[in-house]
Amino acid sequence: MRRVHTFHGGIHPPEHKAQSLQAPIQPAGIPPQLVLPLAQHIGAPAQPVVRAGQAVRGGELLAEADGFVSVPVHAPTSGTVSAIEERPVPHPSGLSAPCIVIDTDGADTWLPPAPLAAAERADQTRLRECIQGAGIAGMGGAGFPTAVKLSPGPGKAIDTLIINGTECEPYITADDSLMRERAGDIVAGTRILAELLAPRDILIGVEDNKPEAIAALQAAADSTMEVVVFPTKYPSGGEKQLIEILLGKQVPSGGIPADIGVVCQNVGTAVAVHEAVARGRPLVSRVTTVTGEAVTRPGNYEVLLGTPMGWLLEQAGVDPDRARRLIMGGPMMGFSIPAPECPVVKTTNCLLVPTEAELPTPPPAQACIRCGLCAEACPATLLPQQLYWFARGKEYDKLEGHNLFDCIECGACSYVCPSHIPLVQYYRASKAEIIARRREAEKADHARERFEARQARMERLAAEREAKRAERKKAAEAKARAKARAAATEGAETVDGAQAAADEDPIQAAIERAKARKAALAAGDAGEPADRVAKLTANVDAIAKRLAAAREKLESYDGGEAPVAEALKRGVEKTADKLAKAEAELREAREGVSEEA
Amino acid sequence: MLAWLADHPLAAAVLALVALGLVFGAVLGYAAERFRTEGNPVVEQINAILPQTQCGQCGYPGCRPYAEAIAGGSAEINQCPPGGEAGIQALADLLDVEAKPLDAAHGEEAPVKAVAFIHEDDCIGCTKCIQACPVDAILGAAKQMHTVIGSECTGCDLCVEPCPVDCIEMIPQAETLKTWHWPLPDPAAGRVEIIATDRLQDRAA
Repeated sequence: MRRVHTFHGGIHPPEHKAQSLQAPIQPAGIPPQLVLPLAQHIGAPAQPVVRAGQAVRGGELLAEADGFVSVPVHAPTSGTVSAIEERPVPHPSGLSAPCIVIDTDGADTWLPPAPLAAAERADQTRLRECIQGAGIAGMGGAGFPTAVKLSPGPGKAIDTLIINGTECEPYITADDSLMRERAGDIVAGTRILAELLAPRDILIGVEDNKPEAIAALQAAADSTMEVVVFPTKYPSGGEKQLIEILLGKQVPSGGIPADIGVVCQNVGTAVAVHEAVARGRPLVSRVTTVTGEAVTRPGNYEVLLGTPMGWLLEQAGVDPDRARRLIMGGPMMGFSIPAPECPVVKTTNCLLVPTEAELPTPPPAQACIRCGLCAEACPATLLPQQLYWFARGKEYDKLEGHNLFDCIECGACSYVCPSHIPLVQYYRASKAEIIARRREAEKADHARERFEARQARMERLAAEREAKRAERKKAAEAKARAKARAAATEGAETVDGAQAAADEDPIQAAIERAKARKAALAAGDAGEPADRVAKLTANVDAIAKRLAAAREKLESYDGGEAPVAEALKRGVEKTADKLAKAEAELREAREGVSEEA
Repeated sequence: MLAWLADHPLAAAVLALVALGLVFGAVLGYAAERFRTEGNPVVEQINAILPQTQCGQCGYPGCRPYAEAIAGGSAEINQCPPGGEAGIQALADLLDVEAKPLDAAHGEEAPVKAVAFIHEDDCIGCTKCIQACPVDAILGAAKQMHTVIGSECTGCDLCVEPCPVDCIEMIPQAETLKTWHWPLPDPAAGRVEIIATDRLQDRAA
């Protein structure tokens, strides 16, 4: 007998399981219409491969897996695809998502089943493909694609396979009845899973409140597997909690069970794997518990996926006057379904229709009295009270520091809270907010990269343009020089140095011209004094004219930019200086003339 | 030498301090060269908080110039509408200053993120929006229809203004199953002044 361990915390809510265990599993029948969401699992939604108006038979592929973490969707019965459109899906948001709608014909004609031959079963790749191709996702509630879990990757040897038959949440008995009635299928499915993972131990964990299921499993189990029974406590069915109970080992924070060599699969998943591999039947139906005091015929129903919940509730006889709300999942972790037309999906283990007396509306939350009951109940050994304060203060760094992401959202803290604080709600919202922020930060990083790449490109283009312009300029200059040289060699003597320089550069030419003029003026100095006086007089006249023009410009320039006005003023002053100098020179020259005279 | 130092304790002390100064100076000088940080690290940190929409609503031509202005002290931290209150809070925490409400002069925080959409029937292919887009999220060529790559659009709406035929619209993104998340319970909603059961009795009475 294996020694079982326990985990920290946990609670013992009333079980309410007997009411749905009165009768064996019964088929729910074929509803007139089936609505199959493309995303019934965690991962990428499946891609439709049928068109509206197309006739399909049972087991036919409707949508194929999109990538590795994705599973296909199959037709649960024969009929016609009437639409591929957005329909409300079972999700706490009440939003719509793409669904394939089938109008059933009631004939239930099927494609011939194609079970794997013995030779194919020996090939592990083929076996995994078969499990993925059958659309199997975890049936316990999360809906993680099973084939992904069965490919733990290199370097991760699996030494324990755990089949989870715990079903710890109140009201739900889908797995219980499956274990009672189909223990043989569970064992066969487990054997297939074991072929893929080659574990040392195979454990089937069941709580001790299911004696009939335990007896049936023990009768069916072979020598390779062990049925382990342990005391009932919520939430023993959580993957990490079950591993701790059976092995006494904890999954590291942020890790997955495969990190410590464990893979967990639900009993329903084992049955689905057996159906797919041995009978060639894809996952098109599941056992769903319909229960609650407002249901007149509570029990476990074998339901085709896509069956509208409202239709299923009619089959089970729901009293609409007493029904308070419709919950998918159990009272602890389930969520309210806003629209009864939502379909049953791969993860719908229970539909709970309680009366107001049975599950009363939670009273308004009161102040936290720091009693610490939540910390005692937390199966993940977190500090719910501390997390609550941080969540209210939106201190996301601190929430992460206090390992918010190890919270399994079991609801034990909310259950024990004497102030009725919806603690799990705070954690769910904060987790989602942190994830949204991470996504946004990633997006911002991406945008920055693109912006910087664009900046770099613009700079490069500008530099290239500049380089091209410089090159063109250089080429033009070289051309002009070559032309000038050609003209010079042709023997045009008239072209003196100044003109050659003018060809080269207009500024240089201007300077040359000014120099020539000055030289001429200096030469004039040495010439006749009378000539000089005449020249200087002309010079004074010219400067006086320029000064008048400058003054006019300065006066007509009305304010505006200060630097411009300043420059004009400076120009006037300079010209006035020049005029004074020229006049002085003229006076000197005149005196010289009169002296000579 | 040692005997001389022993005879002149004052000189010995001065020499020892000078020697220590030289040694530490050398170490610090080496460290300053060896561990030099390129650029201003505060600018990097501020830039990491900014939402990178490159929208220019802050009055600077992009998020980095705004980050540089904040680091240089010439800009306030409350000029970024896309970053919103959360962004201001993060900047205040980083710079250890008081958080301020968003400056309304620079715009308001949009409740829902929007993405640009080009009404393709009206597009004349002028490429003006392509030149305006800071993250190259618009695809197209001269006289060819343009379109926005939705996943790359930051919602900065810089492309709306230059469009000569007004064919660009900012479409708020609808909530999907991927973007939806649980709302935080409103602590004020359930606040009760008296004990809840008493109030129920009050109502019954």
